[in-house]
Amino acid sequence: MKYIEEFRDAELAQGLSVAIKAEADPERTYRFMEFCGGHTHALARYGVEDLLPGNVRMIHGPGCPVCVLPVGKVDEAVALATQEDVILCTYADLMRVPGTKYESLIKARSKGADVRMVYSTMDALNIAQENPDREVVFFAIGFETTTPPTAVAIKQAQAMGLKNFSVYCNHVLTPAAMRAILGAHTPEGAPNVILDGFVGPAHVSAVIGTQPYEEFTDDYKKPVVIAGFEPLDVMQSILQLIRQTNEGRAQVENEYARAVTPSGNVKAQDLVAEVFELRDEFSWRGLGSVPLSALQIREEFAQFDAEKRFSVDVPEPKENKLCECGAILRGEKTPMDCTLFGTSCTPDNPMGACMVSSEGACAAHWTYGRFRSEAEAELEAAV
Amino acid sequence: MNVAPKPQKPSKKGARPLDLKKGRVDMSHGAGGRSMAQLIEDVFVETFDNELLNREHDAAMFRLPEGRVVMSTDSFVISPLFFPGGNIGSLAVHGTVNDVAMAGAKPYYLTAGFIIEEGFPLSDLAEIVTSMAAAAKEAGVSIVTGDTKVVERGHGDGIFINTAGVGVVRDGVNVCGDLAKPGDKILVNGTLGDHGVAVMSKRENLSFTTEILSDSQSLNGLVQDMLDAVPDMHVLRDPTRGGLAATLNEIAHQSGVGVELFEKELPIRTEVKSACELLGLDPLYVANEGKLIAICPADKADELLAAMRAHPKGKDAAIVGEVLEDSRCFVRMKTQLGGTRMVDWLAGEQLPRIC
Repeated sequence: MKYIEEFRDAELAQGLSVAIKAEADPERTYRFMEFCGGHTHALARYGVEDLLPGNVRMIHGPGCPVCVLPVGKVDEAVALATQEDVILCTYADLMRVPGTKYESLIKARSKGADVRMVYSTMDALNIAQENPDREVVFFAIGFETTTPPTAVAIKQAQAMGLKNFSVYCNHVLTPAAMRAILGAHTPEGAPNVILDGFVGPAHVSAVIGTQPYEEFTDDYKKPVVIAGFEPLDVMQSILQLIRQTNEGRAQVENEYARAVTPSGNVKAQDLVAEVFELRDEFSWRGLGSVPLSALQIREEFAQFDAEKRFSVDVPEPKENKLCECGAILRGEKTPMDCTLFGTSCTPDNPMGACMVSSEGACAAHWTYGRFRSEAEAELEAAV
Repeated sequence: MNVAPKPQKPSKKGARPLDLKKGRVDMSHGAGGRSMAQLIEDVFVETFDNELLNREHDAAMFRLPEGRVVMSTDSFVISPLFFPGGNIGSLAVHGTVNDVAMAGAKPYYLTAGFIIEEGFPLSDLAEIVTSMAAAAKEAGVSIVTGDTKVVERGHGDGIFINTAGVGVVRDGVNVCGDLAKPGDKILVNGTLGDHGVAVMSKRENLSFTTEILSDSQSLNGLVQDMLDAVPDMHVLRDPTRGGLAATLNEIAHQSGVGVELFEKELPIRTEVKSACELLGLDPLYVANEGKLIAICPADKADELLAAMRAHPKGKDAAIVGEVLEDSRCFVRMKTQLGGTRMVDWLAGEQLPRIC
């Protein structure tokens, strides 16, 4: 646990807490969005919010791969999995995400579909090798972090001459989502979400570097501090955001220098560029259709593209109208604003995707933080 | 555990001796005929070897000492069957012995039911049964009756074992999950999460190497020492599936109280922390098979801790939390960092077939 526990040190956390309280201007409110679900999880799991003053508000962003997958895509995954001869492989979190009528991969499996939970794309390749008579589809989800391994799998499948392996690509791009959040306005022309800055992604930035965030500091004047996923990383980045805000600066700062460089992992970027190209648009849960926000498999690798190999026809997807996942993913609402939260929607019986993944804002608040809001609610009721 | 099967001797039933090296279980071993009798005699009776079983009745008859009788049962479906630090056989004994002991009882007798898949290697069966015998001997209990069924290939997964146990609670002892009181202290007897991580390390699709052994062990000896020191303990419970988190949530609900844990007091091995970090798991939810949670009045906590630490199975014991008044029955934790968070029920399944 070397180089992990150091970033969870209680004394240093207290020091940072004192510094944040000293530098935060009590006369104003700070609203920072942590884009990544990993940061949302760290804030909740380590109780970081207890160490922040009340006027420093953290707004949970959409950086949770399963949360942003629209219902229609879940329906497509279920439809693919139920096709004869198909083995559908995917990462664990997706298994429980409810689609239309709360159908999910885990339910499809209980009805006989062959759905396999994998830990890496290599597991899916192995399954394809072991089952030459079956069609093995890897349902790929995730931001820039999980894209390079998918590219590797496609290249390897090509090198091995695998005929029964394909990828259903749902890889999405972080900067496009940040742009969509900042660009979203109410009909009256006011920004939907008022933000003072971003805690920038950790692992995503290790791949793409710090440069892609400069558009947010230059065009939108929002500071971005890239932070690691440990609690001290998050606290340090919040302190840096407060300083930038107080000084009226908007710069990309890199708190996570132990993993992130300005240009990122160029080898991974080249690999991704070789296998994937930009999609014209992609539909996000919460953000709607966002142009140039996702990747598709290039024509040269069409034989590994499940979208081209299978016809998946699903009826018009339906979401529960009361589910606030969309507004929560945009940072406009908190889990407590949703009437389903904790009543009919819990991690055991999730109705929306934000309640499924441990990186989702609803699951994080339910699992780690709800004693806090319930205590507040009780206090308010008593008053 | 690597225990060689006992040397073979010719069967009394006149059939060919069982080939315990290369033979396999077939349907006849569950059919009620000579093969079944031979399997029972040569593998089970021979290995478990006690007076009550050797009479080969369908039921065992015995007297128990004075006191309230405790009875418990548990089924074991673990995958893989052999894991670092034990196998399904030793686990099946430890699991039920511990369930009986967690009622504050001294366990005496166990039953063992086997559901075996056609084709299962007799050598594996012999090794499992030998481990069960060793575990029972170490715990001071006898396996006095049992049952064997064989299912067709593809209708089981090697072997499933059910055990049941009976024990007796001495007078004056009253431990139950609904007796935790605000102010009580919460203790554990050692490091958390060892069993789950040891089993996970051997799963086919999760190849990582670790030195961690399962903590599978019987706790009845430790419990008797603890009861000698503090007879008025309130709660004893073994945090198996769902780990410490699930068990504390159960206790909080049964007793109608809240719980506060202190993260920095929790004994967790670095290797377990690292494996959990890698796999995205929380050690609080990882299964144990040789650990117990004890809840006792605050003024007895130090005495209980000393008694636990004096026993080899409690040398890493620690006071890890306390019981609070909370009508919502929340389990929360003071984090190492200085904040507070909930430790909620486990949602979904962290790892199937862990015991």
